[in-house]
Amino acid sequence: MNKPLTYGLLLCILMVIAPHAEHLPLWVSSLCAGLLLWRTYLAYSGKALPKRWLLALITFAGTVGIVIEFNTLFGREASVTLLVLLATLKLMELHKARDAMVLIYLACFIIITNFFYSQSIPTALYLLATMMVVVATWVHLQAQSIALKPRLRIAAVLLLQAIPLMLILFILFPRVPGPLWGLPQDAYSSSGLDDKMSPGSLSRLILSEAVAFRVTFNDKPPRRNQMYWRGPVLWYFDGRTWTPGTTVLALAPKFTELDQAIDYVVTLEPHNKPWLFALDVPDKLSVPATLTFDFQLLNNAPVNTRLRYAARSNLVYHANLQEAPRPLQRGLQLPKQFNPRARQLAAEWRASNKDDVAIVNTALSYFNKQNFVYTLEPPPLDVNTVDDFLFTTKQGFCEHYASSFVFLMRAANIPARVVTGYLGGEFNDVGNYYIVRQSDAHAWAEVWLAGQGWVRVDPTGAIAPDRVQRSLSAAVSNNAALPFMARNPPQWMRDLRFNLDTLANQWNQWVLGYDTERQFAFLMRLGMESVTWQKMALNMMSGLGIVIALFSLYMLRHLFTQQPDKVQAAWLKLCRRLTKAGLPRAAHEGAQDYAARVAASRPELAEAILDLATRYISLRYGAMNDELAQRVFLQRATAFKT
Amino acid sequence: MLNALRHRFKSWLFRPKIEQGTVTLTQRRIFIIPTRQGFMLAFVLVLMLLGDINYNLSLGYVLTFLLTMMAVMSMLHAFRNLAHLEIRGGRAEPVFSGETARFIFHFNNRSKLSRYQLCLVKTGVSFWKDSGTPIQFDAPALQDTEVNFPLPATQRGWLQTGRLTLFTEFPLGLFYAWSYLHFDTRCLIYPKPMSDAALPFGSSPDGTGKRSVAGDEDFAGLRKYTAGDALPRIAWKAYAHERGLQVKHFSTPLGEELWLDFSDTQDRNEEQKLARMTRWVLDAEAQGLRYGLRMPDGELPSNNGIAHREECLRRIALFNLPQQLLP
Repeated sequence: MNKPLTYGLLLCILMVIAPHAEHLPLWVSSLCAGLLLWRTYLAYSGKALPKRWLLALITFAGTVGIVIEFNTLFGREASVTLLVLLATLKLMELHKARDAMVLIYLACFIIITNFFYSQSIPTALYLLATMMVVVATWVHLQAQSIALKPRLRIAAVLLLQAIPLMLILFILFPRVPGPLWGLPQDAYSSSGLDDKMSPGSLSRLILSEAVAFRVTFNDKPPRRNQMYWRGPVLWYFDGRTWTPGTTVLALAPKFTELDQAIDYVVTLEPHNKPWLFALDVPDKLSVPATLTFDFQLLNNAPVNTRLRYAARSNLVYHANLQEAPRPLQRGLQLPKQFNPRARQLAAEWRASNKDDVAIVNTALSYFNKQNFVYTLEPPPLDVNTVDDFLFTTKQGFCEHYASSFVFLMRAANIPARVVTGYLGGEFNDVGNYYIVRQSDAHAWAEVWLAGQGWVRVDPTGAIAPDRVQRSLSAAVSNNAALPFMARNPPQWMRDLRFNLDTLANQWNQWVLGYDTERQFAFLMRLGMESVTWQKMALNMMSGLGIVIALFSLYMLRHLFTQQPDKVQAAWLKLCRRLTKAGLPRAAHEGAQDYAARVAASRPELAEAILDLATRYISLRYGAMNDELAQRVFLQRATAFKT
Repeated sequence: MLNALRHRFKSWLFRPKIEQGTVTLTQRRIFIIPTRQGFMLAFVLVLMLLGDINYNLSLGYVLTFLLTMMAVMSMLHAFRNLAHLEIRGGRAEPVFSGETARFIFHFNNRSKLSRYQLCLVKTGVSFWKDSGTPIQFDAPALQDTEVNFPLPATQRGWLQTGRLTLFTEFPLGLFYAWSYLHFDTRCLIYPKPMSDAALPFGSSPDGTGKRSVAGDEDFAGLRKYTAGDALPRIAWKAYAHERGLQVKHFSTPLGEELWLDFSDTQDRNEEQKLARMTRWVLDAEAQGLRYGLRMPDGELPSNNGIAHREECLRRIALFNLPQQLLP
């Protein structure tokens, strides 16, 4: 294994494991970095590779470490970690060409595992760069004598030729809707809303700029204060944390007096939870999902790939005017022992008001008038979270307001529940769609009023109307804690951001979301009538055949067009000129004989022609083949005058 | 049964043909099959594809297809690495048995494309396994590359290369492209000289085989230099006068000639006799004697010089072999 080749393999492994560094356990990343450095030193100094027992020991220790870290060897994270570790260790025992080959295949495999974590455009570009290094090393492994430049050229040619062929395969290769086998539980990472809410859980989510979903409205988008994207509905309060409660009731929701229907398409990023997001209240959906008794849309399985669905919602509605007793009962549940002061306050309101609507309004004006502050960094609360917030700290984020509002309502005997989801979205005028980010996460309340059904009440709007009307940054006084883009960036940065997001959206829709459905739609658009698998396979084969045939024509063309021999051409031209001057060369006559004859009949040319003939012979038949001699001959042949 | 059929198919497909002069590797002469590594990559690719389908990894598809198509294109590159090479089977200098014969081949690459990692090996029985270690070389663009193919010489007489395999696995090692070369080049193998054998002085039939004095006195003139002439005999003065390399020629008296007679060898078997004769020729030439060769199938008149030595050795090498004397 020569030095440059070892460096090439080191670079390959470094490039393929580098993207993994951020999600590997720290000790694995450091161990791999250490091993890479050690191997580089060994290659540099030319010292012997470590002994077999030492490698076995490190491998064993590493495997045990992984088992301890993940409690298994077979989960996704665990196997990726193991693969990375083994590839790095394999570098330590490079003895034969076969070891290097195994390493190259391992590198390709590790590249694929990186796609579990990211498939963005930068990842794709990085993939190309990595492939370039891997292929160049691969070529180097086959031909160790070859210099760097031709090596890179061959690798680049292979890669560039493969790209159009890959595109044909990518478009036409029949997509099988997966998965083929059950996936391990940790196959997908989850991010985004949880079905639990406690003080601080949403404000943590607010810090993430990750996209939750993108929405394209078919017509005019709704006003911002109507863009409540409903997520998990929380019923059960234990004094600190809200959860959905024990069972989903098998009751069908009933919507009446629907109006202001609005159609839109949502592209939901995978979040590994079953719920889909829609505006209140949805009555049409393009994917099979259940609408629960509390109006949540639940997908049949956790959403672990990007999901596109069209939906129709009605912005004006009456929901469950006649509510069953059990949900109403649930809507009054309260933990018994906590928050006496809040209970007392609610009781006072109930005593002075007979009307539920009046109590709701009292509560909202209470929030408005009592100097409550809307902030991302509220002080911590003690055991009686609601009391502490309402009467002591008075600083909170939407979950504090929603939580205490629902508590007060329930205490005043009005059925209420917490709804979490997203509010609003950022309009991308480049791509003409809305981007809803994790930082748009929100919590609000719903109360059940006789004659109105479930009504949305957002207590946050009472304290920080800007949060509802405009944006988070307008609502929060000190926005230093917000992610950069959630503040107010300059216009050009917004534009750049929107352009990049539009690009990412297209990429998501067409490249990453290229599934059976998209494939058929795309092929129809290309003009293929009645798309079938047989047809696709046939088209794929012929497409590949044609492109490969074109490549072979181009590649082999070089071989057939023989390089004209400049020396011979010049000599033949000289002979033609002499022929014109009356001294034709006989067919059997060699250069030397011919020159001698010319010299004899034209003594004034003798010196020149004999010199040229000698040079010609030595250039063409002799060992002398340097550039200089060739140039001199060509110059003199051209300068020759008959 | 199957093996026999396969063998017959192979011998039909790759019918041996002994060629002369220049061979151009046309499309019909180049064969390609995947290597073991190629099959292994195919296996890895299938695994990757299953993973892509299962986890719905679009970029995984991209990588898998990219690798697949690179592998396919590498087949074309492997083919091109051999295509249209012009190969000349050159000559091979005679060697003694036990030494290594070196066959010279010329690989003329007339294209602008350099060919890398070509391998030449004696054709073995298996597709994948060639006997011996291949000779590796590159054939740069627009150049004639001389390749020295060594073959151990074990027997006196003519040594032929037999069928050679020219193959390449460039650029990715996934495909094995090969062509068979079978030139009529042969190399003369002299018998291995006996390690120690005294010259047969005084055994010549006329009884005049005396030890010659080097004969420096009788300067007979100058003749053209031939390879192998002793350096002290070169006429440096003539060289200085730009008359080329000439060698002082000395005549030796007629009576001082040595006959190397096959019937004088006392060894038991023929090969040993020939080995002794070989030693005699070498020693006689080294000592500057005039010597003649008498074999059962004819004799060479006494003479000396490199050409004479070679003719003698040739007669000894080919003695009693079913092959023709002349190539």
